[in-house]
Amino acid sequence: MKLTLSWLKDHLETAAPVQAIAEKLSMIGLEVEAVNDPAATFAGFVVGQVIEARRHPNADRLSLCRVETGRGVVEVVCGAPNARTGLKGVYAPVGSTIPGTGLVLKAARIRGVESHGMLLSLRELGLGEDHAGIVELDPGAPVGAPFAEVFGLADPVIEVAVTPNRADCLGVRGIARDLAAAGMGRLKPLAAAPVPARFQSPVRWRLDFPAAAAGACPFIVGRTIRGLRNGPSPGWLKARLEAIGLRPISALVDVTNYFAYDLARPLHVYDVERLAGRELVVRFGRRGERLLALNERTYEADEDMIVIADAAGPQGFGGVIGGEATGCTGATTSVFLEAALFDPVRIAATGRRLGIQSDARYRFERGVDPTSAMAAAEAATRMILDLCGGEASDIVAAGAEPDWRRTIAFRPGRIATLGGAQVPEAEVVGILAALGFEVAGRASGTLSVAVPSWRGDVAGEPDLVEEVLRIWGFDRIATVAVAREGGLPKAALGPMQRRVRSARRVLAGRGLVETVSFSFVGADLAGLFGGVPDTLRLANPIASDLDVMRPSLLPHLLAAVRRNADRGVADVALFEIGPQFAGDRPEDQARVAAGVRAGRTHARHWAQSPRPVDAMDAKADALALLAAAGAPMAAVQVAAEAPPWYHPGKSGVLRLGPKAALAHFGELHPRVLRHLDLAGPAAGFEVFVERIPFPRAGRAAPAPFRPSPYQAVERDFAFVVAREVPAEAVVRAARAAEAMLIVEVGVFDLYEGTGIPAGKKSLALSVKLQATDRTLTEAEIEEAAGRIVAGVETATGGTLRG
Amino acid sequence: MMQDLETLRTELLAEIAAAADLDRLEALRVAALGRKGAITERMKALGAMAPEARRAAGQAFNALKEEVAAAIEARRTGLAEADLEARLAAERIDITLPVRPEAEGRVHPISQTVDELVAIFGEMGFAVAEGPDIEDDFHNFTALNIPPEHPARQEHDTFYLRARADGSRMLLRTQTSTVQIRTMTGAKPPFRIIAPGRTYRCDSDATHSPMFHQVEGLMVDETTHMGHLKGCLVDFLRAFFDVDDLPVRFRPSYFPFTEPSAEVDIGCRREGGELLIGHGEDWMEILGCGMVHPSVLRNCGVDPEAYQGFAFGMGIERITMLKYGIPDLRTFFESDLRWLRRYGFAALDLPCMVGGLQERR
Repeated sequence: MKLTLSWLKDHLETAAPVQAIAEKLSMIGLEVEAVNDPAATFAGFVVGQVIEARRHPNADRLSLCRVETGRGVVEVVCGAPNARTGLKGVYAPVGSTIPGTGLVLKAARIRGVESHGMLLSLRELGLGEDHAGIVELDPGAPVGAPFAEVFGLADPVIEVAVTPNRADCLGVRGIARDLAAAGMGRLKPLAAAPVPARFQSPVRWRLDFPAAAAGACPFIVGRTIRGLRNGPSPGWLKARLEAIGLRPISALVDVTNYFAYDLARPLHVYDVERLAGRELVVRFGRRGERLLALNERTYEADEDMIVIADAAGPQGFGGVIGGEATGCTGATTSVFLEAALFDPVRIAATGRRLGIQSDARYRFERGVDPTSAMAAAEAATRMILDLCGGEASDIVAAGAEPDWRRTIAFRPGRIATLGGAQVPEAEVVGILAALGFEVAGRASGTLSVAVPSWRGDVAGEPDLVEEVLRIWGFDRIATVAVAREGGLPKAALGPMQRRVRSARRVLAGRGLVETVSFSFVGADLAGLFGGVPDTLRLANPIASDLDVMRPSLLPHLLAAVRRNADRGVADVALFEIGPQFAGDRPEDQARVAAGVRAGRTHARHWAQSPRPVDAMDAKADALALLAAAGAPMAAVQVAAEAPPWYHPGKSGVLRLGPKAALAHFGELHPRVLRHLDLAGPAAGFEVFVERIPFPRAGRAAPAPFRPSPYQAVERDFAFVVAREVPAEAVVRAARAAEAMLIVEVGVFDLYEGTGIPAGKKSLALSVKLQATDRTLTEAEIEEAAGRIVAGVETATGGTLRG
Repeated sequence: MMQDLETLRTELLAEIAAAADLDRLEALRVAALGRKGAITERMKALGAMAPEARRAAGQAFNALKEEVAAAIEARRTGLAEADLEARLAAERIDITLPVRPEAEGRVHPISQTVDELVAIFGEMGFAVAEGPDIEDDFHNFTALNIPPEHPARQEHDTFYLRARADGSRMLLRTQTSTVQIRTMTGAKPPFRIIAPGRTYRCDSDATHSPMFHQVEGLMVDETTHMGHLKGCLVDFLRAFFDVDDLPVRFRPSYFPFTEPSAEVDIGCRREGGELLIGHGEDWMEILGCGMVHPSVLRNCGVDPEAYQGFAFGMGIERITMLKYGIPDLRTFFESDLRWLRRYGFAALDLPCMVGGLQERR
C-alpha cells in the first residue's frame, strides 16, 4: 500500500515530518517498507536567479553568472547556451549531490575563474534527458525557494506493508486514523453531505442467488450520473495516482481507483449507454459464459464466481474485474456507479482461479468495511460531478447491509496480565476511542467495547490488548527475564537427541564433513535405493528431479561426491543426519546418520601413501557411531546381507540378533555409481539411530572394574580355514574356547596363495591371556592354547597351520 | 712386586685412555679384570705370600682394580657421549616437511546454530521437541488458526503429497509451529519447548530454498506475558549474536496463531558493504513472535482462560548467515566441501553457555 504525504494530510491534520510519520507507522504495526522522498534528492537545490551573465574571460562557450540564491549572491561558471541575465534556474550549492551524475559538487576553478555551485539541466537533475541547456523555471518562482516544492516534487511517497488483518489500512484514511490515535495529528472529519438526487436511476440492481448463498453479495448500491463529460483527470489526481504507481486513464476510471486507495473502497462504473437493458443482475456465473475484461483478456466464468450481468451476459466479475464492453470511454456521458459488498472467501477463490490480482480483489478478499458502500458512493459521486459535471440520480440498492456489530467484554486488567504493561484505564479508553471503538459503561471491572465496522479482524480480548499496546508502544513494555524452575537447568535434550548430537560430533571427529541436503529427491534416483510408495510423491514438486520424499540419504550424498569431483575435490568424506521416508505417516519417518567416503583415503603424501577407500572404512564409521550411540557392541553381529544398492560381495549389515538392521555399510553397487556417473570407489554407511536400544533404566550400578595386576601373555595362532568361513566365526570360537583368560583377540594376518590349499585361507590371530588373580604358569598357558586350537578347529573345521 | 704393579698400572691406564671405541674398552676390561685378566692372574699369587706381605699386596691390588675399573667406566662414559654426539650430528630430518595427513571433519553451520539455540534456551529451561516433516492439514494449518481459504494453503506455497486412497492429502510442514500443536495436544501445561527442524515451501530463488530450517519456541503457563516474551528474546538475541547491548525492537505485526503479535528487529549498520550487527542506524527484521492465540490453545485442548504464553519462530539459516557472515542461502544445501570446510565447525566446538557460546573466530 502506497500513499503520499499530501494525500495523508487530506485525512490527517499533522505537522510531523515524513520521517517521524514513517517511524511511528512501523512502531504501531504498519511497517514502512520505503519512504521515497523526492525532496530529499533535491535537498539544498533552490530557485536561483541570474542577475548578471557575461562571457568567461578565458572561454568562448562559458559564461560567468552572478546568481542570487536567496542566501546571497554567488559566482557560477556555466556552459549552457541559454544562461542569461534574468533567468530563473535550479541552483545547486557546493557540497550537494547532483542526482543525474551522483557526483558531489565541489568548488572548482574553471579556466581560472572560481565557480561556486552550479545551475542544473534536466538531465543533471535526473528528471529527463534534456541537456541542451539549464532548466528555466517560471519567472514567478520565488528566489531561494526549495526547488522540489516549486517543481511539485515535494510529496514523499510512503510504502506500507499492510498485514492481512488490516483491510482498513488499505486506504489512506485507515492509516490516518491509526496515526491520529498514536498522537501524530488529528483525524479530519469525512465530508458526509449526501449528493441530492435529481432523477430516478434508470439502472436497477437485482440479486439472484440461492438463499443458502445470499452471503455471496449481501448488499449492493448504485446510482446513475448523467450529462457528464469524461476526459483526463486534473493534474493533482494524476499526480497522486502516478505517485503510488497507478496509470491515470480517464477521470471516471481514476475516481474509482482513487477511492480504492483513499477509503479502501473498490468501486466500479458502467457506461449506461453500453449496457444491454436497464437491469444489472448479480448472480453466479454459468458454464460457458465468457467476459472480455478491462485488462483486454478473455476469461471464462464458472458456477462459483460472482458475475454482474446485463441482458447480454456478464459485464464483470464482481469484486475482481470489470468488463471491457461496458467500460467508460472518452465518449461516455452517463455512468452507473457500483459499490458492493462481496464474500471475501469467494472473491479470493475467484481471483485465484482467474489468475487476476486487482486492487479490488486485494481489498475484497481482506474484508471491506460493510458500511462503506453508501459513504463511498456519495464521495465518488461528488468527485465525478466535480471533475466531469452532470447530475446524479437517487441511490438504488439491493440486499441489506449485513449485521456487523459486535461487542467484546474487555477486562482492562488483561493489558497487565497478558500484555505485561501497566496502562492507566483512561488511556486505554482514549486509545480505543481514537481507533473508533466505542467503550460503553463498565460493569464489575469489564468494559463493553463495540468494534467499529472497519475492524472485522478484532474478535476478542487479546485483540483489544494488542490494539491498546501497539498504540501505547510495544517498546514501553518492560522486559522480564524468563526464570527457570530451580537453580540449575535441566537437560534440554532427550536421550535420542543427545545420541544424535554425539553421532554428529563423532563422525566429524572421524574426518567426515557434515552436509545438509534436501529431503526430496528424484524418483529415478530413489528407485535405485528401494524406491518410494505413491504416497511419497509430491503433487507439486519444485523440480522434476526433486519429486519424491527420499527413501535414503545416500543419493544426495553420492550426487554431492559427483559435484565435488567436478569442482576438483575427488577425495570426499561426507555425512548427513536427517530423515528418510518409507511412507507418509509420522512413524514412517526414520532418522538416519549416513555417510559416504569416495576416492582415496587422503591426498598423495611423502610419508604415507593413500589407498582407495573401501568397505572397511564404512564399517569403521558405522561401528564408531554405534559405539558412540551406546549400542551393546559385544552383541552386535555383522552379516553380508546389505540391501541391493551396495556391492553384493563388499557390504554388510550390523544388527542385534535377527532383528532389523542397526546399520548398513559397504562399497556402493557399481550400477549405482554408474547411474550417478561416479568413477568410484565409494563406500557408504547408513546407521538407523532410532533402532539402537537404550540400556534398560533402573539397573544396579555395574560391578566395579579392577584391572588385573598380573602379567599378560600374548600367543599367536594361524588357522587354515575354508575361504567362506568368516573371520568373526574364528575369533568367536577362540573367545568361547577360553572365555576366562582371553582379554583380547586380534586378527593380524589374512593370507591366501602359495602354501595354502585352494579354497582355503590362513587367518592369524593374536590372543592376549591374563588372569585376574595370579600370574599364568607356562603349563596353564599351554593348556589354554590347546583349548583355543581345539575350539577353533571344532567350530570352523579349520586346522592349526603347521 | 710393587714395581711390577706400578708398571702394569701405567700400561693399563694408558691403554684405557687410548681405547678408541667401546669394543676395545671391553676387551681391555676383560684383559685386566676378567677371570684370566692381568690383575686377576697376578692376584692368584697372593695365596703363596706371607700374611703380612699378602695384606699389603692385597690392598695394593684392590686399589689397582678399583682404579682401573673407574678408569674404564670414565672412558666408557666419554666414548658413549662421543658416540651419541656423532650420531646426533648425523641424524637430521627436514622439519619443514608437511605432517602426515589427518582427516578433519566439520559440523554443518545449521547443526552448530541448532546446538547454540539449545545451549541458550536450555539455560532458560526450554527442552527440545520434535515432530514429523510430513504433516496433515490440522497440525500445519487448522490448529494454528489458519482458515481453509488462507492463501498459504495454496499449492504455490505448500508442498502436497499425492492424495491418499481416502482422498486426504498430506503436506510438508511449512513451519515448525506444528510441533507446538503436537506438544500441547494431549499434555498438560506448563510447556517450555523449542522445536528446531526442517521446513518446506514451494519457493526457489536467490533468497528462498524449497527446504530450510526454522526454530519454534513455545512457553505456556498461567502467568507468562509479553514482558517475558520480550525478556526471553532479548536475552536470546544478545547471547546468540554475542553483543551484550544489542538493540532489540518489537514492532506490532500479525500472525494468525498469535495475538498480540510482533516482529522483532535487531540493530545493525552497514560499513563498506559489510553488515555489522549491533548499534547502528539501521534495523533488521529477525523473527516473528506473539502471545499464543486463544483459538490455538483451545484447538490443542488447553483452556485459554487458565493458561497463556508466547510463541516465536525464526529462520535458522537467516540467523546463521547473519552471525557468521554467510552471503548466500542456497549454498547451505550444495554440499560443496570447500564451503563446508570454510563455514563448518570443528567436531569438539560444542557450544555451551558456561564455556562461552562460540570460539572466537
